[in-house]
Amino acid sequence: MPTIPVSEAQSEYDVVIVGSGAGGGQMAYTLTLAGLKCVMLEAGRSYDPTTETPMFQRGDQAPLGGAGTPDKDFGFYDATIDGGWDVPNEPYTQASDKPEEQFKWWRARMLGGRTNHWGRISLRNGPYDFKPYSRDGLGFDWPVSYETVEPYYTRVERLIGVYGSNEGLENTPNSPEGVLQPPPKGRVGDLITQKAGKKIGVPVIPIHRAVLTKALDGKKLAAKLHPGNKKAQKIVADSMIQRAPCFWATPCGRGCSIKANYQSTTVHLPPALATGNLDIIPNAHAREVILGKDGKARGILFIDKTTGKEERVKGKAVVLAASSGETVRILLNSQGGEGIANSSGLVGKYIMDTVGSNLRGQIPALENIDPHNDDGAGGSHFYSPWWEYGAQKAGQMDFARGYHIEIGGTRSMPKGTSPVPGNYTKGLYGKKLKEEARRYYGSFIGLACRGEMIPNENSFAELDPEVKDKWGIPVMKWHWKWSDHELNMANHAQNKFTEMIEAMGGTALPNPNKPGSKSILKGGEIIHEVGGALMGADPAKSVVNEWNQTWDVDNLFLCDGSPFPSNADKNPTLTIMALAWRAADHIIEEARKGNL
Amino acid sequence: MNIQNTGTRLPRRKVLQWFAAAAAVDLSAFPGLAQSPANTNGYGTDPNLAATYAPGDFWDLTLTEAEHKTATALADIILPADDLGPAASELQLVDFIDEWVSAPYPHQKNDRKIIIPGLKWIDEESKARFGKDFSDLTGEQQTAICDDLCAEKPKTPALAKGANFFHRFSGICMGGYYSTPQGWAAIGYVGNTPSGVFNGPPQAILDQLGLEQTVKD
Repeated sequence: MPTIPVSEAQSEYDVVIVGSGAGGGQMAYTLTLAGLKCVMLEAGRSYDPTTETPMFQRGDQAPLGGAGTPDKDFGFYDATIDGGWDVPNEPYTQASDKPEEQFKWWRARMLGGRTNHWGRISLRNGPYDFKPYSRDGLGFDWPVSYETVEPYYTRVERLIGVYGSNEGLENTPNSPEGVLQPPPKGRVGDLITQKAGKKIGVPVIPIHRAVLTKALDGKKLAAKLHPGNKKAQKIVADSMIQRAPCFWATPCGRGCSIKANYQSTTVHLPPALATGNLDIIPNAHAREVILGKDGKARGILFIDKTTGKEERVKGKAVVLAASSGETVRILLNSQGGEGIANSSGLVGKYIMDTVGSNLRGQIPALENIDPHNDDGAGGSHFYSPWWEYGAQKAGQMDFARGYHIEIGGTRSMPKGTSPVPGNYTKGLYGKKLKEEARRYYGSFIGLACRGEMIPNENSFAELDPEVKDKWGIPVMKWHWKWSDHELNMANHAQNKFTEMIEAMGGTALPNPNKPGSKSILKGGEIIHEVGGALMGADPAKSVVNEWNQTWDVDNLFLCDGSPFPSNADKNPTLTIMALAWRAADHIIEEARKGNL
Repeated sequence: MNIQNTGTRLPRRKVLQWFAAAAAVDLSAFPGLAQSPANTNGYGTDPNLAATYAPGDFWDLTLTEAEHKTATALADIILPADDLGPAASELQLVDFIDEWVSAPYPHQKNDRKIIIPGLKWIDEESKARFGKDFSDLTGEQQTAICDDLCAEKPKTPALAKGANFFHRFSGICMGGYYSTPQGWAAIGYVGNTPSGVFNGPPQAILDQLGLEQTVKD
């Protein structure tokens, strides 16, 4: 995509945006369409999904059959480039040498950030999720309610395109009539899980995902999204027309050259660039927010990775949308390491991830069924929203918050590793091996818990006093601890999954993690890191207000997951975008009043 | 892996090395050429994903001639030609195995520690029992050894170690074999083709499983 070198940057912009993913992309989209001049700094290289996405490449056309390696954690064809658990030249450290007290920090270094490879699961937070403290006395309330954010959820869903259904279940909001795209048909794994769920009282319904199942009506949608702004309507309609609906092949994690799914690089950035109001500077590693004598943010000091030199861009307002960990790093490193926006002392505190715990089952009924196309929309079709709000309220559970269940596909494309777990073909070779592999392939169901972590005092990030990155910038040091709420949740999920698999007539694969709490994945492994600069109503107890605006520096906005005061089991991306759009509207309003 | 019926494929990396040596040119004058194969540490974090690759493109293949021969023979015992699909050797599966055990990544390096000594061991076992390398044995003789390696409880510690190798080697073979279109047909994967609609599983399968399509048109 078109980018500029720093030498071509304007002397001052309206807004400097750090990060090009869901938050930065949404910010750039909303601000530029309203006429504000923006510059976006991206730490990685430029990236163009229309030419770089491996859409139909097979395993046998990739090194190692496409299997994952430390260079490409999620497999060769995963959209992520220059990213992962370890990024060269940019280390991070751990406060503890105990593995369970460590945080695995996943970072993307490419235009569009994590939105290029994410699961596209787009769930709205429900009313409970904005007021968790009021419900159970744990964690923190958000300064906004569901009703406040709802119009922005609707806008984002209209813009990016989300498939799903309205089921009216508790704390699982419906979207307004006509906003969602049609959900895809259930696959064998979805339908058999749904039937089993019915037996044991677990709802299984169509999931919401940011994938087009039909073409967008660009003109109509653009008029709804940008009333009274003819230029924006034209640009957005043109951009929407460029997107094709899903053609039911190739996993979304590779990205999408036909733009059927949402990624910042196919949905947010093209219209923002079309306004002529956006400059993108790639390979820009942000170091500090520059603070003026008046206490206002004046721009960003960054390293141009192509030259290794320090550079500056200036703006009337600054948006950090670099991911929770990076935003914390930039805030703490500002003013020569004194930090900014931190009068509360809470920058870096209360970082959360999602509780992950997985179990697979083997289902005899699915053995040797006729081969058929199970690719579907390249990701989840069905899921289980949390169903035990009543039992929790009645004090019958040993953990306070919910999880949803994601259903793993059955007949996916093999990629470099055996498509059947080894013990099902152990001791076999020849014709018998091939027959048994065919028999068992497609007979496995994976169930995954994705649950809410409650913010705690022991999970936070700070600057490492000694370790610096390649450019001499102090790096993040992570502290991590799950509480009993999360561990008990993982245990519950393992028991429930076993029950579900047995309700399908199957057997859970032997799980070495006993008790179930030991099955919890490491902090950071679900890549839903949020928190670290909490949003709140009281400047002494939070870093930003309800507009994602820092209390201390009123032209500095944090528009990634860092302001999240809680991390509901609803994956964070949709909420990041909704809040970014809302904050952008606030910036536009302030600019109109001449307050920028 | 390379899909062709005969012959040994020439890795692009090798070709470029020869090209460089013979012509004594500076490869950096050809940016597209110079970038892709020069990495001996793996493919790096930013390989061209839209291209297609074959074993040897990113790192040298390292199996010796003897190992190559043994691996080829063993892979054909594990995945022979039958009504489900072609033999491993018809798909040049040994190139995938070679790429796997030659790869500079931790998981594959670990596998190498099992596979290379295992290939040597199975030849020694073949010689001790039948006086020839594994690849030169009759089908019956090869089967006799494999049956011992697949026994529920291998009779000797050496056979137990051999069984561990055999199991891991099979896993690698399956990973490569089933990543090919012929492997897809053999295991029953159908897909990777664009379509205007997705109708879900055929009605016959739903009937067989007693399931109902709950997402209606």
